[in-house]
Amino acid sequence: MEVKDANAALLSNFEVFQLLNDLKQQRKESGKNKQSSGQQNLNTIMYETLKYISKTPCRHQSPETVRNFLIAMKGHKLTKAEKLQLLNHRPVTAVEIQLMVEESEERLTEEQIESLLQTVTSILPGDPEEQQRDSAMATEDKSDQA
Amino acid sequence: MFVLVEMTDTVRIAPWQFERKLNDSIAEELNKKLANKVVYNVGLCICLYDITKLEDSYIFPGDGASHTKVHFRYVVFHPFLDEILIGQIKSCSQDGVHVSIGFFDDIVIPPESLQQPAKFDEAEQVWVWEYETEEGAHDLYMDIGEEIRFRVVDETFVDTSPTGPSSAEASASSATEEVQKKEAPYTLVGSISEPGLGLLSWWTNS
Repeated sequence: MEVKDANAALLSNFEVFQLLNDLKQQRKESGKNKQSSGQQNLNTIMYETLKYISKTPCRHQSPETVRNFLIAMKGHKLTKAEKLQLLNHRPVTAVEIQLMVEESEERLTEEQIESLLQTVTSILPGDPEEQQRDSAMATEDKSDQA
Repeated sequence: MFVLVEMTDTVRIAPWQFERKLNDSIAEELNKKLANKVVYNVGLCICLYDITKLEDSYIFPGDGASHTKVHFRYVVFHPFLDEILIGQIKSCSQDGVHVSIGFFDDIVIPPESLQQPAKFDEAEQVWVWEYETEEGAHDLYMDIGEEIRFRVVDETFVDTSPTGPSSAEASASSATEEVQKKEAPYTLVGSISEPGLGLLSWWTNS
């Protein structure tokens, strides 16, 4: 066996999620006539990886949101690795952005970090329950203030 | 976290599988060979992405099976240096915090890369971050099962392929050595010594 290119492309969690779900569908449809002896490794790794990825923000994503996100990120001058991390983790605080973007204090002003956070939270869908909770808390605050 | 790796290999299809479509047989064989296995200096293989090229299949004298050279791409878990990952604390010991991602378990955060100052609580066998504020020191415990955000700082690949019959050392000592030397083929070293890293509960605003 020969490895031609150990780094041909980076994959986002969402792409791997889609791939594993499709594979799972295919295997379910083709019925249970496969010998399970050799397939056990594939089953294990697929199950564990799907379990992990389903807990990350990528389970709410779709190809359109990913495309919109990358188009919106063009203006911010980030490296591929940084954009990938933002896509996979969906940071909501400035501290997380500082972790994922190298030398963020030098490259981004506070307003830029804010606008980056806004772009990320608006384009990438978050947990719908959390968003409902956040909007409920926001309306409560407003009624308290009024 | 995941990369696409281009590889080539010669796949052997046994004669009783000839009635199946070649692509399906080859995909199944490749997954059987590589899924959930670590390839040296590449990473932990997850599943087949696609087959890019199939060369001609040959049958060799003495073996009824067909041999096909396949060019394919495989999804591999291989986080890049300085990548941020989120995992679960599996256990704590003197040599650090052990973190697991479900499908990959060999991640260690050594004591010097914990948020300083940190101490090991012998009674509960957990690491503790002694967080200083004006009010005094808070002890933040790193309990098992907690979600933790860490940065990948180093990776180590160990070649675990069999080395062949060893020279005439005492076979008794080599038996005990084999039991001890169960090294993980791929280990990651993490760090949480930056603001924002560590247990997720330490940094959430609510």
